[in-house]
Amino acid sequence: MRLALWLGGRLAGIALTLLIVSILVFGILYVTPGSAEQVLLGTRPSSPETLAAIRERYHLDESVGSQYVHWLSSAVRLDLGESVRSGQDISTMLSERMPVTLFLAAYAALIAGVVGIPAGLVAGIRSGTLTDRAITVATTICVSAPSFVVGFLLLYAFGVALDWFPNYGTGGGLVDRAWHLTLPAVALALAPMAILARQTRASALKVYHQDFTTFARARGLPRRVVLGRYALRNSSLPVVTTAGLVVGYFLTGTVLVEQVFAVPGIGTLMIESVSTKDVLVVQMLALVIALFMLSANLLADLGHLALDPRVRKGVLG
Amino acid sequence: MMPPEAPEHDASAVGSRSARWGVLVPVCVAVTGVVVVLAVLGGWLAPQDPDHQNLLSPAAGPSSEHWLGTDDLGRDIFSRILTGTRSAVVGPIVAAIGVTIIGLLLGLLAGFHGGRLEAVIMRIVDLVYAMPALLVIIVLIGLFSGGYWAAVGVLVLLATPGTTRILRAAVLAQRGLPYVEAARTVGVSNRRLIFVHVAPNVLPTVVTSFLLEFVGALVALSALSFLGLGVPPGSPDWGRMLAENRGLLELNPWAVLAPALMLMVTATAVTVLGDWLYERFEKARTSND
Repeated sequence: MRLALWLGGRLAGIALTLLIVSILVFGILYVTPGSAEQVLLGTRPSSPETLAAIRERYHLDESVGSQYVHWLSSAVRLDLGESVRSGQDISTMLSERMPVTLFLAAYAALIAGVVGIPAGLVAGIRSGTLTDRAITVATTICVSAPSFVVGFLLLYAFGVALDWFPNYGTGGGLVDRAWHLTLPAVALALAPMAILARQTRASALKVYHQDFTTFARARGLPRRVVLGRYALRNSSLPVVTTAGLVVGYFLTGTVLVEQVFAVPGIGTLMIESVSTKDVLVVQMLALVIALFMLSANLLADLGHLALDPRVRKGVLG
Repeated sequence: MMPPEAPEHDASAVGSRSARWGVLVPVCVAVTGVVVVLAVLGGWLAPQDPDHQNLLSPAAGPSSEHWLGTDDLGRDIFSRILTGTRSAVVGPIVAAIGVTIIGLLLGLLAGFHGGRLEAVIMRIVDLVYAMPALLVIIVLIGLFSGGYWAAVGVLVLLATPGTTRILRAAVLAQRGLPYVEAARTVGVSNRRLIFVHVAPNVLPTVVTSFLLEFVGALVALSALSFLGLGVPPGSPDWGRMLAENRGLLELNPWAVLAPALMLMVTATAVTVLGDWLYERFEKARTSND
């Protein structure tokens, strides 16, 4: 019951944020240079009839407020309209492009988690050793190296010089797709991986030297239990928060990385639409991205709840 | 930035600080110095005109005449790299200076005055901070066809909140210290207290965040140029070269590798310097307590 109440509050907060975001996003139409009709006409030939049709279709003769309401209600009904540039249905475009990007992001998240968290744990527990220093230097380079630049280096090293991976395309079927998207996923994963590793290192360092871990070791509990049940779980809270924030990074990073590897996902669609001033598509993409970021934060909070009885107690009483 | 660690477990790191950083710091200082010199002199040092096309030797590999080969229009990659340093570095420096000055002023105001002013500043800061900066810049600059300097401007607006947060925290930490109380007691004016007494004490944080803002802006602006939203097409610019020479990876990989390595090395060197300074200041502070 309390969980439902808490969840309801959070969902209401998300809805409110989305509402504010949607107003900003709706404003994109009006800040784009040119009148609203012209922007919505795009490159189609202009005639009084087509202009009148556009005014009618997007309710441009009504007040800005009611235009916004019309726009929002059709967005909520998932009736997203058509691309100004290609005339394609926007929901179809999104559903074609979305799976590739989601696959890429999930793959990158997997790499970042599977490599970053254990690396940070090892560095934290063996702090000051050569291993720790090597991991710290590696994370410094990974944090500062821009994903698209790393993408080009990977593309050359593994796509051209060694020729292990394909240079572009997305492949069909799960294995083939994973093989095609390995280089982009690594490029996308490096920075979040480094951030996760640093966060885990700092928090493992703190936890590992606290009395309860020392006591656990003194009692002769196996290393596996001390690390897995005591150190990892207790150092995972800041890591989960970071993981939520990292999703925002993925959404930005994927725009650049998809462009490097010519992956036909949400990111390339964003760039195509922005550079051709396809405002309706840009608006929908912005809403989708905002929705993703907010859900990621909610998931991170739920993760806290699941991991830490203290947080659970605080929220659920 | 390294999250601060519990000092008592850091004994090993304190003892071997020079070993921990080793030759890394001198190397990074040297790299940063070279990049700054290139940004000032790059155009003059370039052995050839970066825009001179030689259609007889397009996409050639490295040779004694063209150290890093040529691009598809036969332009000398080495000269373009040297000349491109300026557009890669100048915008980010301007952005980082802008962000640092505005962030410091807002941070001092919010951290020192408190009350309603602080609440208003921090609300706005939190709002902007939550936006994915690069995406917002891409949409705004792309739709407006704004170009390089507009991008620098938007970047300052979007990056300032992060710096404001950090500097406000630094100011808040100072506000409780005895010297502030002492200065107040002897009747130092608020303005003098802020600018003469508190500002120098948050300088270490300011310098560190300046360096990290520079890296952020370097990456963001070269990303915009890479996407074709920054410098005009055809300009010698690292990000632009990545996009324009992508097709040459097989014929003359240096056309792509050179700008990629320059960006990566510059970003890493400045980040390491930032981390190193932060750790030094942090150590100095905790050992004074």
